[in-house]
Amino acid sequence: MEIMPYIVEERKDTGLFNAKLGIWLFLSSEVMLFGALFSAYVLLRTGAAHWPHGSSILNVPIGAFNTVVLIASSVSMVFAWAALKENKFGKFKLNLGITILLALTFLVVKSFEYGTKFEHHMYPRTSTFLAIYFTLTALHALHVIGGIIVNSYFWGPGAKMWQADPARFTNRIEIAGIYWHFVDLVWIFLFPVLYLL
Amino acid sequence: MPHSREDPHQPGFWRKYIFATDHKIIGLQYGITGLFFLLFGFCLMLLMRWQLAYPGEPIPWIGKFLGESRAPGGIMLPEFYNELGAMHGTIMVFLGVVPLVFGAFGNYFVPLQIGAPDMAFPKLNMTSYWLLFTGGLIMLASFFLPGGAASSGWTAYSPLADIAPVGQTFWLIGMVFLVNSSLLGAINFIATVIQLRAPGMTFMRLPFFVWAQLVTAFLLLLAFPPLEAAGVMQLLDRVAHTSFFLPSGLVVSGEPLNVSGGGSVLLWQHLFWFLGHPEVYVLILPAMGIVTEIIANNIRKPIWGYKSMVYSVVFVGFMSFIVWAHHMYLTGMGTAINAFFQTTTMIISIPSVIILTCLFLSLWGGSIRFNIPMLFALSFLPMFGIGGLTGLPLGLSAPDIHLHDTYYVIAHFHYVVAPGTIFAIFAGIYYWFPKVTGRKMNEILGHIHFWPSLVLMNCIFMPMFVQGLAGVSRRLYDGGQQYAHAQAVLPLNEMSSICVWLLGLFQLPFIFNLIWSLFKGKKVTSDNPWEATTLEWATPTPPGHGNFIKVPTVYRGPYEYSVPGAAKDFTPQNQERI
Repeated sequence: MEIMPYIVEERKDTGLFNAKLGIWLFLSSEVMLFGALFSAYVLLRTGAAHWPHGSSILNVPIGAFNTVVLIASSVSMVFAWAALKENKFGKFKLNLGITILLALTFLVVKSFEYGTKFEHHMYPRTSTFLAIYFTLTALHALHVIGGIIVNSYFWGPGAKMWQADPARFTNRIEIAGIYWHFVDLVWIFLFPVLYLL
Repeated sequence: MPHSREDPHQPGFWRKYIFATDHKIIGLQYGITGLFFLLFGFCLMLLMRWQLAYPGEPIPWIGKFLGESRAPGGIMLPEFYNELGAMHGTIMVFLGVVPLVFGAFGNYFVPLQIGAPDMAFPKLNMTSYWLLFTGGLIMLASFFLPGGAASSGWTAYSPLADIAPVGQTFWLIGMVFLVNSSLLGAINFIATVIQLRAPGMTFMRLPFFVWAQLVTAFLLLLAFPPLEAAGVMQLLDRVAHTSFFLPSGLVVSGEPLNVSGGGSVLLWQHLFWFLGHPEVYVLILPAMGIVTEIIANNIRKPIWGYKSMVYSVVFVGFMSFIVWAHHMYLTGMGTAINAFFQTTTMIISIPSVIILTCLFLSLWGGSIRFNIPMLFALSFLPMFGIGGLTGLPLGLSAPDIHLHDTYYVIAHFHYVVAPGTIFAIFAGIYYWFPKVTGRKMNEILGHIHFWPSLVLMNCIFMPMFVQGLAGVSRRLYDGGQQYAHAQAVLPLNEMSSICVWLLGLFQLPFIFNLIWSLFKGKKVTSDNPWEATTLEWATPTPPGHGNFIKVPTVYRGPYEYSVPGAAKDFTPQNQERI
């Protein structure tokens, strides 16, 4: 699609390339998606006769560990993008690799957490708290998986573009990064709301 | 895959017509799909109208094909009637009108009107269409499930929808596809309008149609995700046995429901109508856009108050997010909340009235050309006017106590959507057909289509106001036969039904015209047969890949008709000197 303008360079009056506007629009819809679920959480909790403290059911240290893991992955994601800006492809590979590994760590820890709950016969159907907990965290985990798929593509086969069109590839990593920070940010809201409050 | 010899970059059949990335092909895909579902949803209604006019009598001809589980002996079962009602609403809104006004017209003409080579994200555009297609297939497939398709109304209220047969699960999965399709489409539209405007195409030079599509895209982008969240929760209620929408102590068929309880039925309504109300404007704003283009073109003078129309449409878009609970006055939210929402509802009617008034005032002193698109566009004005004004009593919480869930509501929103939006769709098809195909549609067949449709639409829906004011509830499968208060207005059921069937009959000239004109219609001799000013007419006919031969530059506003001193009575946006 050679005829499409503003794929690499920015449009002067908006200061954006197309995909950057696209990802921000996508994230605004994501805010509404998670916002609706958070609102549901508030409405269900305020309407409930009895609502457990998150810390009495969920494992706070594990949740805190996962929070640190995701924040670290956001940092390495920025390093990956910065490495491309500095024209250091090796450093980019390393940092994006770290991001992917940290994301996988998060999922492994999360699945152990889920497994323990199921062992104790705690399912979404057990209580409304568990229902909203599983819904929110599973939806977030799906976003993490999406991020892993995208980042792995750019780490592997997608990285070929670096040779042909480095500016465009750098833009792609920036877009993936913006998405990844959002996934991180959602967790930063989820952790206190579900585990601590 | 056959490749053209002259052009090695020519895509093969599959890439060109099926998995197309060209916005014009995708627009046509949306158009064909939308028209199919519009007709299908209309046919569901033809069946329902038989039951309403002649309750308990066997349906002639088709009755015996419906099967024992739906209509034993050709007599419709109440369950089947509910299926038809729920699916008529769902299909008309999400698979008929939205794909047509937003998917088809928006896809085809927004890039052309702003001077862009394509949508900003062509592959995403293709994905949007195929998500819609899959969602549509899932909805159609659900008719063949045990227990049939979804039957809890297009609003799918819990807890009824939570405990309904498996058709509801398919409905929810289908909706997730449709929602995601709209979300990707909305991102694409906004990015296109903001990023791909041709040089000189400032925001205040955008045709009103583009403004309407832009605001619509924002509504879809921000209002659909809460419905998706609600859909996922209802799906979990049904398959994972959670209790998001199931309160404690619910008893179904004499048995207490074995769930943890503690859910909120009102939560579903809030999340649904948070989408549902902006969705109403998704249906109407693009229609207003189409009508504005056609009226401007056929009065041969500038639109009166273009700027106030633009500000109004943006304001409508914003306000539509804070009026949703006027659908819920009778749920016991409390008078304080009711007062808030009836205030915002009264406020949102103002910009709609401004837009309509501007269009009416534009007619004053124009030398109007009464061609087929213009007839449909002109009739949109009073029809939408009736629909809009009859909405005001519904927006006030006191009269809504009487009118809520009666035929009055049906009449109100059908006036907005049927002779409103659907007439705008017809207008758009007659108007833009020459650009898409290079041929005009037949005028005589157009008249045979238009005049009876206009009369019949009123004969169908006007009696429903009367029935609604008499208090007849909208969801009765016998049309109110068992109620004493409905007896006086019962004969109107038969009148409405006969008019619906006649309306179906008078759509045949349109369908014939559409296909016949494709091959035999009068060829247009110019790229701009209506002598219009906007950029879509500056392309070749039909526009090729990449749309414009060279990137156009825009020098003026969208509706410069009859400019004093100009050589012709229209001055295209890309014309430098008068």
